[in-house]
Amino acid sequence: MKHTISVLVEDRFGELPRIIGLFSARGQVIESLTVSPTLEAKISSLTIVTSGDEPTIEKMVKVLNKQVRVLSAFDVTKLDHIEREMAFIKVKVNSETERQKVLNLASVFNAKVVDASEEGFIIEATGDCNTVRGLITALKPLGVQEVVRTGAVAIQRLPEAAEKMVSGF
Amino acid sequence: MAAIMKELIKHEVAPQIMRGARIVCEALMREGVDTIFGYPGGVVLPIYDELLSLEDKLKHILVRHEQGAMHMAEGYAKATGKVGVVLVTSGPGATNTVTGIANAYMDSTPIVIITGQVPCALIGNDAFQEVDTVGITRPCTKYNYLVREARELPAIIKEAFHLAQTGRPGPVLIDIPKDVCMQNAPFIYPEAVAAPGYEPQTFGEVEKVKQAVAKMLAARRPVLYIGGGVIHANAFDEVVELAESLALPVTPTLMGLGGFPSGHPLALGMLGMHGMYWANMAISEADLIVAIGARFDDRVTGALNKFAPRAEIIHVDIDPTSISKNVRAHIGITGDARSVLRQMLAELKAGEIAIDKNRLVDWWAQIEGWKAYAPLKVEKSEDVIMPQHLIHELHRLTKGDAIITTDVGQHQMWLAQHYPFNGPRQNITSGGLGTMGFGFPAALGAQLAHPEKQVIAFVGDGGFQMTSQELATAVLAGANVKIIIMNNNFLGMVRQLQDMFYDKKYASVNLSGNPDFVKLAEAYGATGLRATHPDELRDVLARGLATPGVVVMDIVVAENLNVYPMVPAGAGLKEMILN
Repeated sequence: MKHTISVLVEDRFGELPRIIGLFSARGQVIESLTVSPTLEAKISSLTIVTSGDEPTIEKMVKVLNKQVRVLSAFDVTKLDHIEREMAFIKVKVNSETERQKVLNLASVFNAKVVDASEEGFIIEATGDCNTVRGLITALKPLGVQEVVRTGAVAIQRLPEAAEKMVSGF
Repeated sequence: MAAIMKELIKHEVAPQIMRGARIVCEALMREGVDTIFGYPGGVVLPIYDELLSLEDKLKHILVRHEQGAMHMAEGYAKATGKVGVVLVTSGPGATNTVTGIANAYMDSTPIVIITGQVPCALIGNDAFQEVDTVGITRPCTKYNYLVREARELPAIIKEAFHLAQTGRPGPVLIDIPKDVCMQNAPFIYPEAVAAPGYEPQTFGEVEKVKQAVAKMLAARRPVLYIGGGVIHANAFDEVVELAESLALPVTPTLMGLGGFPSGHPLALGMLGMHGMYWANMAISEADLIVAIGARFDDRVTGALNKFAPRAEIIHVDIDPTSISKNVRAHIGITGDARSVLRQMLAELKAGEIAIDKNRLVDWWAQIEGWKAYAPLKVEKSEDVIMPQHLIHELHRLTKGDAIITTDVGQHQMWLAQHYPFNGPRQNITSGGLGTMGFGFPAALGAQLAHPEKQVIAFVGDGGFQMTSQELATAVLAGANVKIIIMNNNFLGMVRQLQDMFYDKKYASVNLSGNPDFVKLAEAYGATGLRATHPDELRDVLARGLATPGVVVMDIVVAENLNVYPMVPAGAGLKEMILN
């Protein structure tokens, strides 16, 4: 099963390979990895998407937490969370019909056209990994030329009480 | 910055400006280091230059190979509980330490390794003797550093020592480029370390400790299973007290030998692949296993799906990743072995719980039955020295009080089975990594730490030749170290595996071509003795142990023996081959 692990680590050189090495040493595949600064200076946030059964992921999270410079690591998948990733999709179009199909699909998936030419479009898609994958799959028959994806970022939802307040229960 | 200001105010005078190399030495002295095991080379010369003037405070032991330096530092650390220190140059100097670093990592030994590095400007240029030392050692160190400026040195060295010896101990490496050693910087030694992500837990969760104690009182077939953690945590007295208060049978791992007195009536001896039949039976039939500072290694558990099927598991370990790693713990307690044991003892006393003296009568009767059914076999011969006989003689002469180091293999297992260690820090061996060549340099390190104690390297003829050049180091250091070579002219444990599982096809295990070990010893200026017949054994051992200085005893033993009992790899603990 797919798991998204969130890690806060002191921002020092050598910490990223140390964390990646924990996965590679165990033959554990990283499906995506996002590294970014946080509100706090000198602390980086990592979002790692990987697959494995519960005990494997539990061990991985423990090992991450054990690292000297890791401030926290947890499996976000277990929590009520929001997860997003972004993709640029380069699509080729050969006719006006295809052009319309691409634009329709983009709109269904709430994606934006960020570049266009006679030959095609670049579409910017944001969503959870299923949404992004869904759009790519739908566009494929039309001629997807290139895709770059960011990898996931994830955040825990607001506590239940606060959520209820906003949604009026 | 505030900390630095505070330090400056406290000093009243400006801190001393010194070059990086000097800062390294000053910091080592602040950490109480008295001995460094090392080997010089181009980029560490600034440090060696400083060391020469500090000879009386920081003794440098010049080894003959960097792997030897690591094992010596490990022997030193294991014998004392202090941090061992190694100093080597860049490139091959650093890579030669890797086996020793991995060994220390597996066996949780506190060591700080200082490696030289090419100057910062040359890093990444394939410079002479350049290697990515932090990259190579990252997976086998607890932490490592590449220093980029001399002013970082005090905080890094302070932190390295802190990391090496707190929590689950381990090796920490500091890679210092040559120009950093030459740079001037103020020497301000910090009082505390700043590692917010590093907070080893000392005490166990109170509620879990209570639950654990209740389980121990209720159990009818309990076993106390102790590992190297009780030795690192100096928990010997607490283990004895807990075992005695509850009449618990105690079985140590290889690394836990000496964590409980071997001659104690509650002691079962070692468990696992070459463990005692009754210890393996007890763990297999237990209803409760209390694991303290042990990690359910595959050499201990055998096939996991057959391991202790009826037991509940209480697992106490300083390293949370060890808990439920191989065997799922019903109660997992993260904490230091001694602190948690004290909590357990306090809980036992506080409750004024009446302990039913008879509750384990049936269990002990069953254990005694297993003991009687398959006692440890000692083969006897009039013509050839049997390894077990050799160890019994060694025990007779040392009374279980010597520090004995071993490599890996048959000699190691026989010693673990047949030499009852009285106390902690006497058994120094390569457990997790199983490194040939560990024993002799480790003995030298232990001997230099404890000049007054009897230190014996009990090694095989194969392993000894992996680090025998350290005879020069030992003789030069005037060490009083005794080497007993259990010489069967074979890589015995590998031969045993071929004997049992590869149709007796002995590929590449015959060590014909071994040198004359007596002459080898003499070539280095050490004493060499040999025993080939049982009649000579007593005299050679007695003379060898009594002769001052470095003594090599070449004890020629029976060639074709196997270590029993044995649990074949992948089998359950109860599926022991007894002979």
